[in-house]
Amino acid sequence: MTILDHRAPNTAAQPPIRRVLAVRELPILLILAAIIIATGIAQPRFFSASSLRSILLWIPLLTVVAMGQMMVIITRGIDVSVGSMIGLSGMIVAMALRDYPGIGVAGGAVVGMGVGAALGTFNGLLVAALDIPPIVATLGTLGMYRGLVFIVSGGRQVYAYELPDSLQRLSISGPFAQQVVPWVVIVAVVAAVATYAFLGFARTGRNIYAVGGNPPAAALRGLPVRRVAFLAYLLTGTAAGLAGVLYCSRFPSVNPAEVGVGYELLVIAAVVIGGTSVFGGSGSVVGVFLGCLLLGTINVALSVLHIPDAWQKTIYGLIILIAVIVDDLVWRRLQHFGR
Amino acid sequence: MHGSHTTASPQGPPPLANTRDTLLLDSVPEIIAAALLAAAVVSAWVLMPSFGDIGYLADKSTVYVESGLMVLAMTLIIVAGHIDLSCASTLGLVGTLIAFCHVRLGIPLETMLVLAVPLGAALGAINGAAVAGLGLPSLVVTLATMALYRGVAQVLIGDHSLSLPQWFVGIDRITVAGTPLRLPLLVLLAAAIVLGLLLHRTVLGRWIVAMGTNSEAARYSGVPVGGVTFLLFVLSGAVSALGAVLMLSRLSVARYDHGAGLELSVVTAVVLGGASIYGGRGTIFGSMLAMLLVAVVQTGMGLGGIREDNQVTAIGALLVVAVIMSNLTSRLRR
Repeated sequence: MTILDHRAPNTAAQPPIRRVLAVRELPILLILAAIIIATGIAQPRFFSASSLRSILLWIPLLTVVAMGQMMVIITRGIDVSVGSMIGLSGMIVAMALRDYPGIGVAGGAVVGMGVGAALGTFNGLLVAALDIPPIVATLGTLGMYRGLVFIVSGGRQVYAYELPDSLQRLSISGPFAQQVVPWVVIVAVVAAVATYAFLGFARTGRNIYAVGGNPPAAALRGLPVRRVAFLAYLLTGTAAGLAGVLYCSRFPSVNPAEVGVGYELLVIAAVVIGGTSVFGGSGSVVGVFLGCLLLGTINVALSVLHIPDAWQKTIYGLIILIAVIVDDLVWRRLQHFGR
Repeated sequence: MHGSHTTASPQGPPPLANTRDTLLLDSVPEIIAAALLAAAVVSAWVLMPSFGDIGYLADKSTVYVESGLMVLAMTLIIVAGHIDLSCASTLGLVGTLIAFCHVRLGIPLETMLVLAVPLGAALGAINGAAVAGLGLPSLVVTLATMALYRGVAQVLIGDHSLSLPQWFVGIDRITVAGTPLRLPLLVLLAAAIVLGLLLHRTVLGRWIVAMGTNSEAARYSGVPVGGVTFLLFVLSGAVSALGAVLMLSRLSVARYDHGAGLELSVVTAVVLGGASIYGGRGTIFGSMLAMLLVAVVQTGMGLGGIREDNQVTAIGALLVVAVIMSNLTSRLRR
């Protein structure tokens, strides 16, 4: 979706081959295709409904948070507290649904997103109102929120059997035939489409690119730079809150020492692999979604190929490196074309 | 130590934006860290009389030496305008490699100990090559190698703990010349002095500050920006490897997840010590003060029976409060 990427060269008047080459997401699509084909050749079982289902189950949590993180990174920020925000909102949702099952899944979602929004507001205030560098502010809240998970829960975990069945069903059943597409996937798709529409067509969404592309210029044009940055953190917090609900739905227990731990790495990886520039101003929903899909595909490919879990981190690290290097090379080549 | 002299250094005014700053105001972040440290020490002392037990403190101090070493290298890297998130994974991987080669491959431990620092330097060189050579952002590169190095360690030894021979264990128990001071603490102190002199008293140090202030301007002034950047990441890898050796000797076993998550407390300490995350500002003295502050707060909370899980809240809050305080003071003087 090059339309969303203001750095992308104007492709309308160029020959078709060059337009294909100019698609910002091309490198990641190629990597994704290579992984799928290689895995499929090594183990034909990879092309099955169950693999597809595993991938579909793996990516929603990541996708939802990555949408917010992408907006933050476009504004030249970063939010390393997302894992702790998923943890704290997930823990509170689990406790709320355990103690007050009457509120239902919808009530749980409201609680989760409310908690997430509050945490995101705090991050946003630190960054936008108090001018604390984003990585420092969210590094602080990463610790604060994680500690709060333990304090709120008293260190005790919530088991799946204590939670309403309707919550688990979100990850099992879906609206379509054979239930191949569970509800959690629908939630993620809705979040992605909403982000796409917001960033592409809403004035505030366009402002996010403007502010990230050149903050002083955006301020001179009279754009509410601080408010835009604040909004990005607020939305990321809300998304992390929603992801907390998805976490409760998918995993057999909500353990304060595990819930959301380390997700910041995965989320930032997905956003960066998706071609979002860490220097701000550029990034696309489609790219980030492909980034999530790539990580999910690798995860499932590893298990289909019976590669031990221990390899996961190594391969994630390599993929991030390869993706940024390839992206960088392709981008430089393109700029040469342009001249 | 060196921090308060930055503006009055014999080489003339530093290439910082605001030369009108007085000596006192320029070291506000260090003063805040020092004040918080004093407050933490006093309150720990008052609340828990056992905090005054020198033997206990000396015993606890060795835990912080490994992160202290990484804090030193991270200070230089952050002042230069970069970040190294892979330092703790480098520590984990070097520790794992030492134990793996010795226990599984039968290579003498002495050989591995000699190779440890070069190994760490090589891992740092990978980061340095990607950042300085390819021009990729250090945040992304070291995020990737953070996962990569930890992953390789996990692939090598999985969930096993590899034990090391008895003669090697217990460097943290060796005291220095009859004082309760432990040997690793002396290593940290020596490293702090060397790197402090490097950053604040040498041309290389001036280059590092210049790069962090404005890397383009530094390049045009003839600073070998790429070379210095590469060197800093190599240094970070080497220092993490030294930390790995100390940690192995202290814990007597190697695990792939040793030091996991330390990168966050290391960055926290550097920022708490007054370094600007955008580069161009920061002192070894400030970082060491902040490291001491974190150590005192954690030791105090540990004595007070606060669980380690809950301590992260306080450390996170400490960081946020310290940065808000330093921001407010800098706003007041404008």
